[in-house]
Amino acid sequence: VQNSDVGYFENCRCVVFYEQPPPACAVRSQKRSNCEPMIARGKNASDLFPAVVKNVACKNIEVKKLVYVYLVRYAEEQQDLALLSISTFQRGLKDPNQLIRASALRVLSSIRVTIIVPIMMLAIKEAASDMSPYVRKTAAHAIPKLYSLDPEQKDCLIEVIEKLLADKTTLVAGSVVMAFEEVCPERIDLIHKNYRKLCNLLIDVEEWGQVVIINMLTRYARTQFLNPNMNEDKEEKEKKKTEATAIVKRKPYVMDPDHRLLLRNTKPLLQSRNAAVVMAVAQLYFHLAPKAEVGVIAKALVRLMRSHSEVQYVVLQNVATMSIKRRGMFEPYLKSFYIRSTDPTQIKVLKLEVLTNLANETNISTILREFQTYIKSNDKDFVAATIQAIGRCATNIGEVRDTCLNGLVQLLSNRDELVVAESVVVIKKLLQMQPEQHSDIIKHMAKLTDNIQVPMARASILWLIGEYCEHVPKIAPDVLRKMAKTFTNEEDIVKLQIINLAAKLYLTNSKQTKLLTQYVLNLAKYDQNYDIRDRARFIRQLIVPTDKSGALSKYAKKLFLALKPAPVLESPFKDRDHFQLGSLSHLLNAKAGGYQVLPDWPEAAPDPSVRNVEVKESVRAVETVTKKSKPRIGSSESESEEDDDSESESSESEEEESEEESEEETKKKKKVGNERLENTRTTDIHTHTHSERRNTHILNCDSQPNTIASVQVFDTICKPAWLYMQFLLNPPLPVSVPQTIIPSGNLKTYELLHRITGEGLSVEYCFSRQPFSPDPHMVAVKIQFTNSATSEAKSLHVEDAKLQSGMRIKEFPEIEVLPAGETISVVMGIDFCDSTQAANFQLCTHTRKFFVSIQPPVGELMMPIFMTENEFKKEQGQLMGMNEITEKLTLEEKCQGEHAVVQRVTTAANLSRVPCGSDKECRFAGKTVTSGSLVLVSVVTKEDGAAQLTVNCEKMVIGTMLVKDIHQALTQ
Amino acid sequence: MINSLFLINPSGEIFLEKHWKSVVSRSVCDYFLEAKEKALEPEDVPPVIHTPHHYLISIYRDKLFFLSVIQTEVPPLFVIEFLHRVAEMIQDYFGECSETVVKDHMVMVYELLEEMLDNGFPLATESNVLKEMIRPPTILRSVVNTLTGTSNVGDTLLTGQLSTIPWRRAGVRYTNNEAYFDVVEEIDAILDQSGTTVFAEIQGVVEACVKLSGMPDLTLSFMNPRLLDDVSFHPCVRYKLWESERVLSFIPPDGNFTLMTYHVNAQNLVAIPVYVKQSISFFECGSDGRLDVTVGPKQTMGKTVEGVMVTVHLPKTILSINLTATQGSYTYDNGTKVTTLWDIGKLNPQKLPNLRGSLSLQAGAPKPEENPSLNIDLKIQQLAISGLKVNRLDMFGEKYKPFKGVKYITKAGKFQVRT
Repeated sequence: VQNSDVGYFENCRCVVFYEQPPPACAVRSQKRSNCEPMIARGKNASDLFPAVVKNVACKNIEVKKLVYVYLVRYAEEQQDLALLSISTFQRGLKDPNQLIRASALRVLSSIRVTIIVPIMMLAIKEAASDMSPYVRKTAAHAIPKLYSLDPEQKDCLIEVIEKLLADKTTLVAGSVVMAFEEVCPERIDLIHKNYRKLCNLLIDVEEWGQVVIINMLTRYARTQFLNPNMNEDKEEKEKKKTEATAIVKRKPYVMDPDHRLLLRNTKPLLQSRNAAVVMAVAQLYFHLAPKAEVGVIAKALVRLMRSHSEVQYVVLQNVATMSIKRRGMFEPYLKSFYIRSTDPTQIKVLKLEVLTNLANETNISTILREFQTYIKSNDKDFVAATIQAIGRCATNIGEVRDTCLNGLVQLLSNRDELVVAESVVVIKKLLQMQPEQHSDIIKHMAKLTDNIQVPMARASILWLIGEYCEHVPKIAPDVLRKMAKTFTNEEDIVKLQIINLAAKLYLTNSKQTKLLTQYVLNLAKYDQNYDIRDRARFIRQLIVPTDKSGALSKYAKKLFLALKPAPVLESPFKDRDHFQLGSLSHLLNAKAGGYQVLPDWPEAAPDPSVRNVEVKESVRAVETVTKKSKPRIGSSESESEEDDDSESESSESEEEESEEESEEETKKKKKVGNERLENTRTTDIHTHTHSERRNTHILNCDSQPNTIASVQVFDTICKPAWLYMQFLLNPPLPVSVPQTIIPSGNLKTYELLHRITGEGLSVEYCFSRQPFSPDPHMVAVKIQFTNSATSEAKSLHVEDAKLQSGMRIKEFPEIEVLPAGETISVVMGIDFCDSTQAANFQLCTHTRKFFVSIQPPVGELMMPIFMTENEFKKEQGQLMGMNEITEKLTLEEKCQGEHAVVQRVTTAANLSRVPCGSDKECRFAGKTVTSGSLVLVSVVTKEDGAAQLTVNCEKMVIGTMLVKDIHQALTQ
Repeated sequence: MINSLFLINPSGEIFLEKHWKSVVSRSVCDYFLEAKEKALEPEDVPPVIHTPHHYLISIYRDKLFFLSVIQTEVPPLFVIEFLHRVAEMIQDYFGECSETVVKDHMVMVYELLEEMLDNGFPLATESNVLKEMIRPPTILRSVVNTLTGTSNVGDTLLTGQLSTIPWRRAGVRYTNNEAYFDVVEEIDAILDQSGTTVFAEIQGVVEACVKLSGMPDLTLSFMNPRLLDDVSFHPCVRYKLWESERVLSFIPPDGNFTLMTYHVNAQNLVAIPVYVKQSISFFECGSDGRLDVTVGPKQTMGKTVEGVMVTVHLPKTILSINLTATQGSYTYDNGTKVTTLWDIGKLNPQKLPNLRGSLSLQAGAPKPEENPSLNIDLKIQQLAISGLKVNRLDMFGEKYKPFKGVKYITKAGKFQVRT
């Protein structure tokens, strides 16, 4: 049924939707498949909502995904109907497969319906303590979604964020910092404890997470550390102000080791392929590094400039800002900013900006030569920008001012008016700096008024002549005469300057220009523009002496002919670095929504000890129960916790550490004993502990020492006690490593190679039921080699595995030498793909090859999982029908009794016991190793040894085989 | 973060939209379309546009605009980089990135976009992970799919996202195990009128095509790693080992990927493989001009220069041109910009190719100020112009013997001759 349905759906994919009435079951698929393109094309497909939502529980994954897309898109508009689907996701949240849990949470949290906020909150909280890091990552993603739906949940969400920030996996780090930035960027105190961890994890976090973390850490560092350039900056200030601020005693600056840690750990990321990561590190160095070290980022930024033009655009904006403050950094790369005629205009202008910023006495001649090429360009906007740039170079560097001026004057004869106009404006600014020497340039420009039409340029020329009319006494009145003629046709800006010119001439040379000025002022009096009318009235009052003339008129000369300060030509990028570089706000030079201000360095460093990591929250919670006989336990715990992710802290010697650890283990075991068992047992465990010490320590290399330690404890206790404990441990601790139930001594061993066929080498194997750490989807197989020959066996290894499709083998490391009479055990991992088919491979020694095969009993293809009674019942309810197999049997005599049943079942299959209210029933749960399908077993005992065995499993084959195996175990 | 994505074709039609948060009306694109109208060339559209309520960040790639809408502060490069990944992903899946391809595979593109972002934050951008979730289409598979009713969405739950090496999918199996590396170098140069080098540098990239079973751990070493001045790596490369031993050690993604890019430290001593003799002049009075370009080999290290192409961006006032080429052919496109493309092909040192003829300007148009610059394209097989050489490739972690190959190519990057 399923197949034909989907086949139809594939065929109908492109059919215009709603066309013919297909068979009842197919119609749904058809509708669905057609609405996705509709959404993508932006059409409204909301009428279909009810039809689509019904299919949310469909088995086909593609259909399911498309339904999810649809649901998320239209849920906000059709809230009531969307609620119908919620229960499906809630069920998904409890799924034993982590990926299903994650995707259920992802969709659930994307449905923007306010009523389900509490459900979401609960789901996020639960997922945040899930044992799968992937689910925790999804929980972190869900936080901002919920926050945007209901900001009132903020406090609860912060708690979750705090918890997730403490997570040690790289998978979660980026996403939770993202959530932090969106929900509570002001809670910088949450970062303290996680700062070092984040620094150390950074390099392994995925690219997008790196960007977010680096940006956040930049802000954090600005609040927590001292300015590394503090002394230099101060010197500069002192030089400028020459103030005797002797009160501040200059302390030698010592960089906080945490500050150094951040700089050191981010530096390799400059080599990232992702432009955003490189930019993030560059801005971090720019804002946080000592001056001498900032230079390293230049090379990486120059590299980004060879990327796509959009990347170039953003990088150049930032380089422009940086090059003002730290010019030296980019000087070696000057030529990389040379402009090609094929660059887009916006890139050209930015490159020009950078080139101008980089110009100094030594390189100015090269730069000017380069500018000369640019002036000839066909792109007139770019030419105008180049002229501006030349002007800026000329004002900044005194030596080349004359050269530049001459060059610009030559441009005045350019055929393009825009170029001329721009030159005039720039020349005007330059002349203002030293007008005396340049009267001939002013004369030249006066002549231009005949030809040039660009208002801004005309206005500039008029202003120049008016301002320096004393240098050109003969020409100035003539220009005014000409202007008076054309006054009515001029632009407003030019008119204003004509009035200005007239006023200035009237004051200096009233004999020649009195009548002209009056004429101009009269024209202006009746102008259409009120600004011009106002100006004319104001000037007339000021300069033309009348009987009522005010007090100001005697100062008219001072007012008009005052020495005006020369304009400063500044880069538009000056002082843009108060925005965090690389941010959108910096690019726009305006604060964008949600921008977090980059704080100034603190005057005195806040307490650095806040970053010291103490006992982890979860551990502490457990420990409060125990007797605090030795206060040292806390500190030793934190060390063992910490030593795999921070090198700096593992300063203790190996020996000391191992001693402490085993000591602490002893403590923990004591604790467990005290709490869970009768006192008599305590000593029992204690004796075990010593023998286990070495073993435990090896295991501790893993990331979760405390849980493994406790597992180990359970291992050492005799089985019934362990099972008893498991009862009490309800709800169980969040343990990410599945427990093993059967102590290694009871494992059934199988023969792989007989002593005779192996010519003295005998090999046995057993399923150790330990999780196989390199790959959780593999079954761990413990292989024991015994060399009973007289000579030693060399280089034992696995070769030439002939596997069924999908099966995989993780070989054990080669054993170099096995001396005669010795025994050695190794562990290898096999992914049986949830089938009992044998894994065939060759076992090789230095001389021989043996074909061997390992066939797993079905019970070894699973691993135990924890479940509560309710969960068990719920899951069992979902696996009915074909997935349930029931069989009646008669228990063997010795096997009557709960303990015996439990023992036999757990020996036959790697399952864990699920607590149960009735003593007539035993329940077990596990999941298959490869696919993670649930396996549930229950045995209900009745009178006279009659019993009923039920197995529920999604994989029917496994279920059938398991029933057979358990049946056999219980009856024989 | 990223709120929505719109795909817009050059004529301004929005043909795909995807929202990761609440829906943004497509009218927001009007601001962008307005800016696009203003710009002379599609490349001139500003990448970041500020509108009253949103910020629009766009890229122009493969003749399509990828426009994203954001509402709050986010590093612009973050968005730009992501948009380029989207374009690369489409290219990777369907062989090219164009409007027709996207329209043909609308559902799949949509599914991919859904997986790439969650609530606007990138979730899965590694092609290996995506391919595990949604299998790329092949002819065989589409036939099989139609017959059996299966779909392209992977039905096994993926594990790539869970592992510590997210770039490699699990369970890779090949009958022929092979690893190919292409060392491609590009010469970026600006030559001035007289042929002297104003600026020249070499950019390199190592493209890899690795089809190896299992989890191979590769180590690639160079004969002369000192040449490499600035490098950037695929995330799979172990940076610490590069720092200490100058070798590339990595577990490769499956399939094609860019292993590293580098910049060669040559201090302007870059060998320029060709020289260009040109004279382009416009007569002061009449509305005429002449063009004469000759290309010849210079420092080619004894190899043949192939695929030579000269692009001339002539001023807009040109009315028509009348040229003859001694080798190859030229095409002439009188669009927004007048460009002449001269496709030469192989360079023969005995007989240098030449293109000459007359240009006629529009009547009354003034003499163009600037002479057009020439852009050169070329290719040299079996040569890395910097002299970089791969020393050896070792594989650990797997037992089989892979087939290995290295290829060198030199190309012209942004190679411009000013006239």
